[in-house]
Amino acid sequence: MGKYALRYSILAYITLLLLVPIVMIGYRTFQHGVAPVWDALSSPTATHALQLSVLITAICVPVNVIFGVTTAWLIARHKMPLPWLVNAMINLPFAMSPVVIGLAVYTLYGRTGWFGTYLFAHNIGVLFTWKAIAIATIFVSLPFVVREVVPVLEELGTEQEQAAEVLGASRLQSFFQVTLPAIRWAVVYGVVLTAARALGEFGAVNIVSGNSVGQTQTLPLFVNDSFSQFQPVAAYSAGLLLAVISLLILVGMTTLSSRRRREASL
Amino acid sequence: MSIQVRNLSKTFDDFHALQDVTVDIESGQLTAVLGPSGGGKSTLLRIIAGLETPDSGTVLIDGVDVTNVAARDRGIGFVFQHYAAFSHMSVWDNVAFGLKVRKTPKPKIRGRVNDLLKLVHLDGLAHRYPSELSGGQRQRMALARALAVEPSLLLLDEPFGALDVKVRQELREWLRRLHDEVDTTTIFVTHDQEEAMEISDQIIVINDGRVEQAGTPDQLYDHPINDFVMGFLGPVTRLGGVLVRPHDIHVSLAPDAGGHPAVVERLVSLGFETRLVARPVNGGEAITVQLTRNQIQNLAVGVGDTVHLTASPTTGPLSAVGVSTPSADQAG
Repeated sequence: MGKYALRYSILAYITLLLLVPIVMIGYRTFQHGVAPVWDALSSPTATHALQLSVLITAICVPVNVIFGVTTAWLIARHKMPLPWLVNAMINLPFAMSPVVIGLAVYTLYGRTGWFGTYLFAHNIGVLFTWKAIAIATIFVSLPFVVREVVPVLEELGTEQEQAAEVLGASRLQSFFQVTLPAIRWAVVYGVVLTAARALGEFGAVNIVSGNSVGQTQTLPLFVNDSFSQFQPVAAYSAGLLLAVISLLILVGMTTLSSRRRREASL
Repeated sequence: MSIQVRNLSKTFDDFHALQDVTVDIESGQLTAVLGPSGGGKSTLLRIIAGLETPDSGTVLIDGVDVTNVAARDRGIGFVFQHYAAFSHMSVWDNVAFGLKVRKTPKPKIRGRVNDLLKLVHLDGLAHRYPSELSGGQRQRMALARALAVEPSLLLLDEPFGALDVKVRQELREWLRRLHDEVDTTTIFVTHDQEEAMEISDQIIVINDGRVEQAGTPDQLYDHPINDFVMGFLGPVTRLGGVLVRPHDIHVSLAPDAGGHPAVVERLVSLGFETRLVARPVNGGEAITVQLTRNQIQNLAVGVGDTVHLTASPTTGPLSAVGVSTPSADQAG
């Protein structure tokens, strides 16, 4: 009896804390049928917000994959100077509140910031455009790919790369034909986490985007706006949409990781 | 392909892996680099392959200095102790890898890979993945992969170290036959003296980052340059303060001139061989003598008897026989 008490109390805790609120959003969204939900989500403001969020994710993922895999390789192969410092820096976005990250980007690209002074002088708009949103989002989601790939690369070791080298492979051939296929699940896992984070980022984006309706408003900002302007159906609908997308990403991730385990156990 | 290694030194942090190592390997030979683990033998092999850069010294392949040539340009086949199989590729793709990266025409790749898989007896398993193979099969695949690019020099780093005894025995005989068939120069690293003795033409004994001795298995066994080589290449026992092979001791019941008197403590019958353990009359550590069953029967010796032990003349000091030594090589 005692051994079941612990596991069921934890199960109840998770259900109450995580599952019930999400179910409640679903319930509230469809409380008055499907028509109002469809109206709310098909409004130009909502569709633009969704499009912008997808665009930001589409920029953020490849940037963080290329940067993340390269960084991870340099760390795992001990080619990085000051490795402890690099490690700490990469973990920074995890440790910092996104609002602070947003403020940091703002101070840099604002009218009086280091980059901002130059950019404004040359009429290049960054702050309060999709560019600033992309920069802030890349910052926030930077650690995921690196964190996923480093341990896999370390476990992989260098023997396969050395074997490829002795067999006559160039560095690029060795990387794309031997290293990358061996770490592909870690990369996919990192991509999924990065995408989920980029799609849902609110705090940092809220500060650097200007939150201009129909222009620099992402889906999470739209949810927040609708909520504060007493448009509950729009807020719930968009909120549910975000939750559903995240859920799909999570389900995708779980299937991928179970596939990864199966492959590893072959 | 002949190899000349000249005054090679390599240090990892504070550890001297190799210190002024000079070695000559003739073309077409099967050479064993033998020594205890941590002695520097793998480092030597990896420097010859180009996987490690020496701090000083040179490596010449066929007289050409390749010390600064990248591993991929040395035309070498390398087999790793833990196979280094490309885990996401099938057996077939593993073997074909070296040919593919060299942009070999497809029909030629197909022919060559099929031939090699037959040679290593894996032709039925071409579509399996490395994780679906046994250790021995994986190592044969790794060998086929190394041979695919037709290397004139084949290097093997403890190739059978991770395998169980029976498979190891099979593979080492098979490696000898393979070496004779494919016409390469082969160097393999091992810490197993039996493995080295059984299949190699030449043995280089490395210990503490230095070459202790190089020569044929018989030269090293019969005329070791020092106690380390003698002890590493076979069983030894101490008779009157001198290391001798247990089978090189003559046992007599009659007191011989210069014989060491000892009392028989134990007689262990091991089938054809009988081991006699005797304690010197004047004290000291026990002496082990290896005799045939017939010899023991003819002697009619029993526990408690006093025997007289003499080193029989088959073992001679190296200097008296005139075998070439590393120091002699350097002088010339």
